[in-house]
Amino acid sequence: MSVGQAFDAWKALVGRDLLTEARTMRSLPAMVLFAVTTFVIFRYGLDRTQLSGSLAGGVLWTTLLFAAVLGINRLFVSEREEGGFDAFRLTPAPANVLLAAKVTSLFVYLVVLELIVVPIFALFFLPEFSSLLPLVAVLLLANLGFSLLGTVVSSMAVNSTARDLIVPLLLLPLVVPLMIAVTGASAPLFGPEGPGYERFGEWLMVAALYDGVFLLVGYAVFEFLLED
Amino acid sequence: MVSVLTVLFLVVGFGLVFFWTPMDADQGFKQKIFYLHVPLAIVALAGFIAAGVEGYRHIRTGDARHDLNSYVFIHISVVFGVAVLVTGAIWAQASWGKWWVWEEPTLVSFLIVFLLYCTYYPFRYAIEDRDRQARYASVFAITAGVFVPLNFIAVRMAESVIHPRVFATAEGGLPPSMMWTFLVCFAGIALLWVTLVKLELVGKRVNGQMSRLRRSLGEESAPAPGTRRVSPQAEV
Amino acid sequence: MAETDGPAISLRGLVRRYGDRVALDGVDLDLPEGQTLAVLGPNGSGKSTLLRVLATLLRPSGGEASVLGARLPGEAWQVRGRVGYLGHQPLLYRDLTGRENLVLQARLNGLDREEAAESIERDLELVGMSSRADEAVGGYSAGMRQRISICRAVLTRPPLLLLDEPDSNLDPEGRVAVRDLVGPASGRTRVLVSHEPERALAEADLFLRLGPSGKVEEVGTP
Repeated sequence: MSVGQAFDAWKALVGRDLLTEARTMRSLPAMVLFAVTTFVIFRYGLDRTQLSGSLAGGVLWTTLLFAAVLGINRLFVSEREEGGFDAFRLTPAPANVLLAAKVTSLFVYLVVLELIVVPIFALFFLPEFSSLLPLVAVLLLANLGFSLLGTVVSSMAVNSTARDLIVPLLLLPLVVPLMIAVTGASAPLFGPEGPGYERFGEWLMVAALYDGVFLLVGYAVFEFLLED
Repeated sequence: MVSVLTVLFLVVGFGLVFFWTPMDADQGFKQKIFYLHVPLAIVALAGFIAAGVEGYRHIRTGDARHDLNSYVFIHISVVFGVAVLVTGAIWAQASWGKWWVWEEPTLVSFLIVFLLYCTYYPFRYAIEDRDRQARYASVFAITAGVFVPLNFIAVRMAESVIHPRVFATAEGGLPPSMMWTFLVCFAGIALLWVTLVKLELVGKRVNGQMSRLRRSLGEESAPAPGTRRVSPQAEV
Repeated sequence: MAETDGPAISLRGLVRRYGDRVALDGVDLDLPEGQTLAVLGPNGSGKSTLLRVLATLLRPSGGEASVLGARLPGEAWQVRGRVGYLGHQPLLYRDLTGRENLVLQARLNGLDREEAAESIERDLELVGMSSRADEAVGGYSAGMRQRISICRAVLTRPPLLLLDEPDSNLDPEGRVAVRDLVGPASGRTRVLVSHEPERALAEADLFLRLGPSGKVEEVGTP
């Protein structure tokens, strides 16, 4: 299969995921609803109406991570239940095309989720919104990490007898370093006196390193997760 | 042979710990847990990484022996991990008067790594097909093995933000008596790990041969579901 | 890739195990190109497992297997896209329409878009699904799903067809409709799994009878 054909196969798979999501709305609305409700719970759990610094970062990233878990749980369900894995393996498309497609789909889900819930978060808790622009860089790096790890973990969990249990169990410890990096980068952004950039670049480097390493890991192991 | 060496090194090591090393001025006798805690932690982490290497060899070659090694490495290292956390808590109590300190990045990193490896068992248990189970377990071992150093980097960085390394670890500038005692203890703990791994591998091999024997006798071998699923058997 | 005179399928002592359970126990077989093999046997005799191994969906646990000149499992990638596999599951996404499923599969196979679109149209017409091809597969009856699934199996015009009860869920009219694609008239090498020995043997050049736990009981010509 040529590179062009593989690229087209990738596009076809991403297209299927997004089309199906647009038709059935199985993951995204649940993720959004979950995130917004969690913000409300944090408002009372912490008894704060305004957040800043590491507290704001903690609330945002914890919520996004758990909302992402909902999507990750469902990522491979139709492949598993409707024979998509078999259908894919009958074709000459390399395994990593499926990996790339699922990472892309999950990445898109997360971007859509954040487009909706990050403004809501800002509206609920932040005194001013100037931190949102630099936050985009952090969000993108975090999304890439969540998508990579999420795809690998989801493809492992979907063939187990306890999918819903295995995803958070494996994923949460694995994303701790990424969470450290992104909360580290965003805490000064949410500073009470406007966005600060203390060690911002350094933390982004850690997140990027994390993404790069797991990109390689995913590339190396994914084909073995498809075999039977 | 290895087990004899293990006993020898451990006995000599502990002898040195008790009778040769100087008593710590502030922390007193409890500080000597250092000679147990640090070697245990290093050996457990090395075991996790070795399990990742074995996992990689397993998916590359498809040889079930590597999966078995990977499983046993993780198993013994998790057991060591419990000891690391307990001795770490005792050391923290001795040094800082608290059983747990978030400011010690090495210990916190170890906790995260330990939590991750604890999920190895439920994960493995949840996959029914044995070949798939072995393959997925290997992928877990690789991913987690890569995760270990990344995690240490991230946690250490996070700590230096808030606390610019108030607590220097005991590594720099040890007096020779401490250094030598540490090395002997380290060798003893490493040999203990090897001995336990060998012991468990022998156990698995016997199990594997038993079930093969039963199969060849025409008996439908049906061990209790749980036991069969969690641990791989040696087919060699 | 040995595309030449060798048999389409050649098996020597093929074994497949699931854990301790043996599903295929030493299958020897040569199937020349262009011929039809009927695989017979009771439930649980490994018929479907054999088909999945030949389709590269399952790795052999032991023995030698070569399909279309490629050795399994090492050269499985050479076989993919060149066998048409029709299993128990339709392998179709429920939330896509019949046509969308086929187009997706064509793109995964790297087929030329326009040519694929044409042949999909022709196949849909042939199996009588043109008018319903733009409805979601989830709303289809089992027989309609089977028809689309057959279109999927022959999408790449594969030289080898692996068919697990291709007539299941099809009414007599449907059986006639799919004959050109997967019947003897398709002119392809075929492996046919069936519970109905008479019907399968009528089309077969060779047959393979599997016994319980995947042992070969008989190989012969009908």
